[in-house]
Amino acid sequence: MFKSKYFEVIRTTAVIVISLAIAFLIITLVSDHPVKTIGIFLLEPLSTKGHIGNVVEMAIPLMFTGLAVSLLFRANMFNLGAEGIFYFSGVVTSVLAIHLTLNSWLHPLVAIAAGSIVGALLSAIPGILKAKWNANELVTSLMFNNILFGIGLYLLNYHLRDAKAFANVSYKFEKTAQLSKIFQGTRIHTGLIIVVVLIVLAHLFLYKTKWGYELRMTGINREFARYSGMKTAKVIIMVHLIAGFIAGMGGSVEVLGMYSRFQWTSLPGYGLDGALVAMLAKNNPLSVIASALFLAYIRIGADLMSRLSDVPSEMISIIQAVIILLISAEQFLKFWKNRMLLKEAKEA
Amino acid sequence: MNSLLNVILTTDFAFSVLRVTTPILFAALGALISNRAGIINIGMEGIMLVSALAGVIVSSYSGSAWVGLLGAVLAGTLIAGILAFFTLQFKTHIILGGVAINMFASGGTVFLLYLLSGDKGSSTSLPSKVLPSIDIPVLKNIPVLGPILSGHHILTYLSIVAVFVVYYLLNRTPLGLRIRSVGENPHAAQSVGVSVVKIQYMALLLSGFFAGLGGAYMSMGYLSLFTRDMVAGRGWIAIAAESMGRSTTVGTALTSLLFGAADALSNALQVLKIPAELIATLPYVATVIGLVIYAVSETRKKNRKVKSPVVK
Amino acid sequence: MQTALLEMRGITKVYPNGVVANKDVHFSLRAGEIHAIAGENGAGKSTLMKIIFGMEEPSEGEIFIKGEKVRLQSPQDAIDRGIGMVHQHFMLVPSFTVAENMVLGMEPRRGVGINYAEAVRMTEETARKYNLAVNPKAKVEDLTVGMKQKVEILKALLRGAKILILDEPTAVLTPQETEELFRELTQLKEQGHTIVFISHKLKEVKAICDRITIMRSGRSEGVFQTADVTEQEISRLMVGRDVVLKYDKETAPDGGPVLTVEQLNVNDQQGKALLTDISFAVHGGQIVGIAGVEGNGQTQLIEALTGGLTGVSSSGAVKVKGKDILNSSLLDIRQQGVAYIPEDRMRQGAAGEASISDNLISTRYRSKEMNRGLFLNGSKIAALAASLVEEFKVRCSGPAQQIGMLSGGNMQKVVVARECSTGPDLLIAEQPTRGVDIGAAQFIHKKLLELRQAGSAVLLVSADLNEILEISDVLLVMYEGQIVASFEKPSAVSEEELGLYMLGIKRQNERQTGEATEHV
Repeated sequence: MFKSKYFEVIRTTAVIVISLAIAFLIITLVSDHPVKTIGIFLLEPLSTKGHIGNVVEMAIPLMFTGLAVSLLFRANMFNLGAEGIFYFSGVVTSVLAIHLTLNSWLHPLVAIAAGSIVGALLSAIPGILKAKWNANELVTSLMFNNILFGIGLYLLNYHLRDAKAFANVSYKFEKTAQLSKIFQGTRIHTGLIIVVVLIVLAHLFLYKTKWGYELRMTGINREFARYSGMKTAKVIIMVHLIAGFIAGMGGSVEVLGMYSRFQWTSLPGYGLDGALVAMLAKNNPLSVIASALFLAYIRIGADLMSRLSDVPSEMISIIQAVIILLISAEQFLKFWKNRMLLKEAKEA
Repeated sequence: MNSLLNVILTTDFAFSVLRVTTPILFAALGALISNRAGIINIGMEGIMLVSALAGVIVSSYSGSAWVGLLGAVLAGTLIAGILAFFTLQFKTHIILGGVAINMFASGGTVFLLYLLSGDKGSSTSLPSKVLPSIDIPVLKNIPVLGPILSGHHILTYLSIVAVFVVYYLLNRTPLGLRIRSVGENPHAAQSVGVSVVKIQYMALLLSGFFAGLGGAYMSMGYLSLFTRDMVAGRGWIAIAAESMGRSTTVGTALTSLLFGAADALSNALQVLKIPAELIATLPYVATVIGLVIYAVSETRKKNRKVKSPVVK
Repeated sequence: MQTALLEMRGITKVYPNGVVANKDVHFSLRAGEIHAIAGENGAGKSTLMKIIFGMEEPSEGEIFIKGEKVRLQSPQDAIDRGIGMVHQHFMLVPSFTVAENMVLGMEPRRGVGINYAEAVRMTEETARKYNLAVNPKAKVEDLTVGMKQKVEILKALLRGAKILILDEPTAVLTPQETEELFRELTQLKEQGHTIVFISHKLKEVKAICDRITIMRSGRSEGVFQTADVTEQEISRLMVGRDVVLKYDKETAPDGGPVLTVEQLNVNDQQGKALLTDISFAVHGGQIVGIAGVEGNGQTQLIEALTGGLTGVSSSGAVKVKGKDILNSSLLDIRQQGVAYIPEDRMRQGAAGEASISDNLISTRYRSKEMNRGLFLNGSKIAALAASLVEEFKVRCSGPAQQIGMLSGGNMQKVVVARECSTGPDLLIAEQPTRGVDIGAAQFIHKKLLELRQAGSAVLLVSADLNEILEISDVLLVMYEGQIVASFEKPSAVSEEELGLYMLGIKRQNERQTGEATEHV
């Protein structure tokens, strides 16, 4: 017999099953060879080392932003600013990757550190506005996304742009700045190690330190935290700094790990994807690994599908929307939980 | 500086302000209605995009721009309806729901466009129709005013009419009274039998309706085709305008016009080599500043009360 | 026997968070009566009324109106069947005018717009018919509390309510307003309306109600003719302490003053006095109780002691062990050796989605012994949590269980365990046993007494007379922001006598209260 406490696990599973079912349905409607196409979507990411590599490469930025958003959501902060910070820190890192001359140890270190710190500081602004004056962090963070994008694009177009290149891209990064690959035959880079270490650290921070404890209590019940003597305004600013640092590092690592020039002319979307990753992970740092891999997997599946069959990869955004709508739906399957509770109450 | 004034002080510039304000104004009015009912619809961007595509598709298959407009508006309302269904019935977080809608729209429109036209970039291969522009008799012959106010797209005129309609709706009709009561004190509304969920449904559908008009304008007026991500942040600017306008109809309309002017200016300023990318951030910067000023003054107000001396 | 106008059978309500608010409740209402529902906070009165008014659907059970089975799925269903409700927290839109509030949901139209003139006329007409004067064009945010209540009653009447439910209507009223309300209710009864009157003020119940249904911890304890039962019987059923609480209190040595409050005055923004010249002291080894009808300044007093005063101005001194803490933060106050059990465990006292163990350490996670280097000391915390769960007999599956899953009593035990186990010099306990089952309440009382025995000073603010009379060493009574009486042998004070002070009918002169408080 199921108990109400397993509810969340069952619900997450149900959401994934439903969203995959919708994916199959769309494929069936659109494709001339549905069975083959579904096969590609599901299995092709595992078919070669290169494809597996693609999944992991895709998962790296998702883990960064997923982790950043998880911490914010943990503190009950509705801040979607990871998007803009991811982008802007990428720009900052690019500047240093282009203009600094350092050895291949220091160069990425300095460039990533700069991107991360800029990210932390930018993220702190909505945090401070929220903590001090209760300015809605959601609206300010959304506005910041657009502002940072505008400034970043300006920097790209006016200061970094390589006129000799055919597309709207920056000058080439110095070789020394780029992150090294860690698995032959793939483009998986040292960013994977960085993000996994970061996730483990975040886990320890959240569950094993007093600061993490303050963060969790503030998120669950700010009144309770205040009553217990915690300085909740400080906690809110702290979580913004940390999340901005992580999101900024994500942008920096992505740029140095995957590209040789800066070339984002629109927001890459990883920040909002991070919200999806965080939701699937139930805001648990360690679960972020699995949920980012899942999302990366279906995306690479969709990419390969569009290359090898007649269904365009944009299908995945429909699936992502379905996942978000269902995973954050409190009432989804709630009737079932209520029945369990009623039963348990009667038995007690 | 002179050349800047030369650009701004032309009837062409004033004309273009109205032209670029139209989609922002529609979406801002939509955001206003849902906000007054207590729900922040951040899916405006996505709804506009879906409507823009729907207008193109329906008009090219039906051969009529008007049927296309209907299709666009229905599509916008439908997407808002889906958002309403999930947030009101399933209690999906409204913000995350909005994020989902935007995600759905940016990929889903390309998906559909590709299926129908084989192109992922634009709808050039679809024979879509465009709604007409209108010369207003008499007015068009008046100097200065004529070139500014006459000859606009029909939806531009409709957007101005919509300001008055929304004002009347919110302030003078039963539905408006209920929308405002639901936003201000949902318990009060519920206690007299006003269904909060129903009213919020209505408000969200209306917000989708207006965003749909804005979307239709994008692909059947502003441009004559659909291109990938063509809304380009106008949905966000609309939300910013509503927020800066402090959730009043007049304030929202004026801020929309201001942001429209900033948008038109960014085109004009390119002549002066001032980067359009930076001008494009002005509405967002203005909104953050406005929000902070408001938040600070609210906090000050509270603090002042605390520090008043003891009266014994 | 006549058919009941409204009857509820076997109503059970389980909330999604697992709280059982009503358990197999029967309730029946006769036409033309004023029927009281009495019970403590958390007895399930409000939930029952929400079910009648269609705001909540029962998990189980049936509702009949005039013998016909009905389902009330929304307030509109209830309104359509002639049921109206006046909520404790007014259901008005502050920025609207009275007339707009009156017609909300049933707006008279002219074309597509609202016919505002007609709305004003309807308001005036209803006001005249029931003799309840209001100004239709005034904005609700500018009205007095009594006026707002009138608007609420009129709103229900305008919608054709024959059954009128009033949820604790006198809680917010001045005595004059209360009298006026009673006149109005009697008049409505004469005009043929049926009234459900929810209250825990027994005198009021006796004064105007025909029958009374008594509720206790989610169940109905029976229906009585008001004339046939005494207040003592009602209070016994309500409070449900058939066994009067008696504790063996050893005398504890006087540890000297720990908390001293001197000439404390607090005014709100408009300059209205919330607390006037409050002076008293609490010594180590002593429990000082503060009694009073809710809303007579107890909240502000606690706020002044716990760094929670906001939006008001204050003067005077509050000293803990000689140090003035009046404008200190709660953290600083806690560091002076003060522990605090808050009134509302859901809002302040606990983090519902966190584990029991997380809830137990919230006031001491910073301390050296709970940390090891950068990290929290997991094994120490686990040991502490296990021992507190054991010592306080918290019924749970283990310290890792979410506290929100526990019953009210067990949750409160966790809160009390946290606050009592730090060995505080002063414990401020605000309604420590509210909404808690009798077993847990007695357990909590014993813990407070143990703390006293160990030399701590305890300030107990409670609306539960039984509790406050039995465990306090000194009892202070608050009325309208002042201390109006002080007793040194609380257990010898009768509830009747205490009631006179609480309701402001009697007050000791300054010399008497002064003597007693100085003595403290």
